[in-house]
Amino acid sequence: MASNGSTGRPLSPHLQVYRFSLLMALSILHRATGIALYLGTLIVVWWLVAVASGPAALAFWQMVFLNPLGLLVLFGYTWALFHHMMGGIRHLVWDTGARLDVASAKSTAMFSTIAAFALTILVWIVAFMVR
Amino acid sequence: MSQSLKTPLGKVRGLGSAKSGTDHFWMQRLTAIANVPLAVAFVILLALTIGKPHAVQAATLANPIAAILVLLFVVAGVWHMRLGMQVVIEDYVPNEGRRIAFIVINTFFAAVVAVASIYAVFKISFGA
Ligand code: HEM
Repeated sequence: MASNGSTGRPLSPHLQVYRFSLLMALSILHRATGIALYLGTLIVVWWLVAVASGPAALAFWQMVFLNPLGLLVLFGYTWALFHHMMGGIRHLVWDTGARLDVASAKSTAMFSTIAAFALTILVWIVAFMVR
Repeated sequence: MSQSLKTPLGKVRGLGSAKSGTDHFWMQRLTAIANVPLAVAFVILLALTIGKPHAVQAATLANPIAAILVLLFVVAGVWHMRLGMQVVIEDYVPNEGRRIAFIVINTFFAAVVAVASIYAVFKISFGA
């Protein structure tokens, strides 16, 4: 068993020993989207500070984000938010002790993945409609 | 007791029997729950205003309900992300000095994001 040098305490097995599955992907993605959202708050602060600063600052923010590449980043941010939110709700349900069996975990995994995409698409349809 | 899984440092500090971990866990869940409606509200606000001219965006964000929702999202979101990132740091940074340094940076980042956002929303709302 792998051990942790100085203390000799055991280490748990890491990613490479597991077979790939949707459940595992979602577990990793919850952490990955959490980290992405952490960095994504910079887009949010930048937006708020730009509006507070005036038309020129907002125009610069819009120049950066309102183009195909910038919009891709924003799509990514909103998808990460919805995906992490759905995954977070799953975690909160698990915290109550419910839905912990494999079959439930699989069905909520499918549901939350699809819901995250659906919510993202819905929000951007609205954004383009009111434009 | 020589077979204990606790590190010498862990024994000295005596943490681990619910000294501060429960609070971390609880605030993480509490802010997670708060974030669900707040994040949805925020994304809707963003979608409705994103391409609009400055005057429209400023007027929208100055609306008390919009401003309060954004402020709540900022507070709950930043608190939550700081706690979440601390767990990530604790998982991946084994060196204690470096770990503490990252946790300090994490807190500073959260503070800057929160203060800048709150200042911006206040300025938009109260003018000047
Ligand atoms: C929208 C509603 C949200 C919900 C319901 C939610 C829920 C959760 C939950 C339950 C956890 C703990 C997961 C675990 O125990 O492994 C978590 C972790 C985390 N969240 Fe959120 N969250 C939300 C929004 C956000 C936002 C806006 C950010 C960043 C700005 C964020 C960043 C993080 C980070 C960095 C972690 C740590 C990831 C990890 O330990 O794997 N979350 N979230």
